[in-house]
Amino acid sequence: MNVLSRHKNTVVLTTVLLAQLLALAVQVKRQTAEGPVRVIRLVAVSSLAPFERLFIHTGESVRGVWANYIDLRNVRRENLRLKAESGQMRLDRAREQEDARQARRLQALLGFKEQWIDATVAAQVIGTSGSESSNLLYLDKGTKDGIRSDMPVITPDGIVGKVLTVYDETAQVLMISDPTSGVGATLANSRLKGIVNGTSGGELRLNYIMGDETVRPGEALVTSGGDRVFPKGLPIGTVVNVSMGRNLFLDIKLKPAVDLDRLEEVLIVTEQKPRAPDTTDLGSIGAADILAQHLPGVPASSVAPPQPSSAAAAPVTAHAEGSKPKPAAPVPAHGDASKPKPAVPAPAHAEGSKPKPAAGEGTPPQ
Amino acid sequence: MRAANLSYTSREQVEVYRFSWPLSVGLPILLVGLQAFVPVRLHFFRIFDFGLLLTVFFAVSRRSQLSGLLTGAAIGLLQDCFTHTPFGVFGIAKTLVGYGASSIGIRIDVENPGSRFLLVFFFYGVHQAVVVAIERELMGQSVHLNLGHEAGAAVCNSVMAVFLFAYLNRFKIRI
Repeated sequence: MNVLSRHKNTVVLTTVLLAQLLALAVQVKRQTAEGPVRVIRLVAVSSLAPFERLFIHTGESVRGVWANYIDLRNVRRENLRLKAESGQMRLDRAREQEDARQARRLQALLGFKEQWIDATVAAQVIGTSGSESSNLLYLDKGTKDGIRSDMPVITPDGIVGKVLTVYDETAQVLMISDPTSGVGATLANSRLKGIVNGTSGGELRLNYIMGDETVRPGEALVTSGGDRVFPKGLPIGTVVNVSMGRNLFLDIKLKPAVDLDRLEEVLIVTEQKPRAPDTTDLGSIGAADILAQHLPGVPASSVAPPQPSSAAAAPVTAHAEGSKPKPAAPVPAHGDASKPKPAVPAPAHAEGSKPKPAAGEGTPPQ
Repeated sequence: MRAANLSYTSREQVEVYRFSWPLSVGLPILLVGLQAFVPVRLHFFRIFDFGLLLTVFFAVSRRSQLSGLLTGAAIGLLQDCFTHTPFGVFGIAKTLVGYGASSIGIRIDVENPGSRFLLVFFFYGVHQAVVVAIERELMGQSVHLNLGHEAGAAVCNSVMAVFLFAYLNRFKIRI
């Protein structure tokens, strides 16, 4: 006799019980550290996560052995190339350090505060939603590792998404390519601001840029910090195509800075702190610099300190030569004892005497 | 068997099959699970919807509308567990696919690779249309169908179905 017919009552009972359990699991939400989560989702993720982790880690080990062998074979050629690259990068770095010093000093002048990344946790990608219409990742870190929802997820190349739901040992990440995702963005050159959304096809679009603005393919896009999730200035992607969209806005397609299809390891930003830029290594700032910043139209002679050899006077004079005044140039007296100090110490460092930030950009993020 | 008089199939083609419980429960969990974490390494795997393929396979083999829709609902809900969308998006779509596939399975030859290809191609389209309709109308999302991509995905799933169904045939138990 068929097993099913012999145990018909048991099968029916089991089916009815399972159906009710399923219905309950769908309705009931369990309280976790991150708020209520549906039981069915909790059970599904918790039961599959160990297998996913085992699968990924086994694969990693096998690939590691093979990759080590291949790496050894290519290491000599790679070494030569890296040496050449390193020399070039040292030159670039020296120039960029100078630019960075100048930028930090200007930020200090404006009383500028930014969200800085203070701590990150590295995590391994162990799963996806398995569906093209839901761009999710599962990571092998959870509440036990200090992960909370809404934490930004990044790689050294740019942003990936934000933590959506956290379980004990697993976290669900909503990728920036998901249709329900939104990231505050700024175009790096034109400084136009918009919102980056995903599409159902997993592409990225920059929305809410007016049709009369000029946006060119190739322009980089960084986070604006306006979404209160991502720190300002992280790469999002580059513009690949611009066309006129609906509702007077441009339709701007983006290429993500991170290869979202091939993510293996990511960083979860666990701590951000508002901090003013560190200017301790930049030397003091002259009053002339501040005047040059806030009164750019004032002729050099009227703001220059009486000493003609003053270091602070030099950049102001330089500005006055051109028809269009520019923001303060680097202070040439970075800790150099042989050069004369600026006449007036920098009042911009003091909290109480901060100059007003410029509209929009200078507003400290909350 | 009862539908034999109404169908365009031979007697052989309206045979009704069943599957062992471990296979009926284990296979969807295995394939849906694989679909969730294999794309981490093999991205193109995302294009396959094994939940859909199994729904169609079980539905046309069992040739029972009740069984087909319940199987579709169960597999769909299992897939919903791994997304961030509300439960029921894939559940509803696959319930409809299961019901439709079992209804068609009674009437046409579904043992032929050609008909299996067309069947999966058709139901992939139905499935995506239902998902998009739910996302647009019920969830209020602005979803746009990329027809070229969907057609490509439908072909890939149909080709996969031909091989997968041929392999799974060996687990059928004739009633």
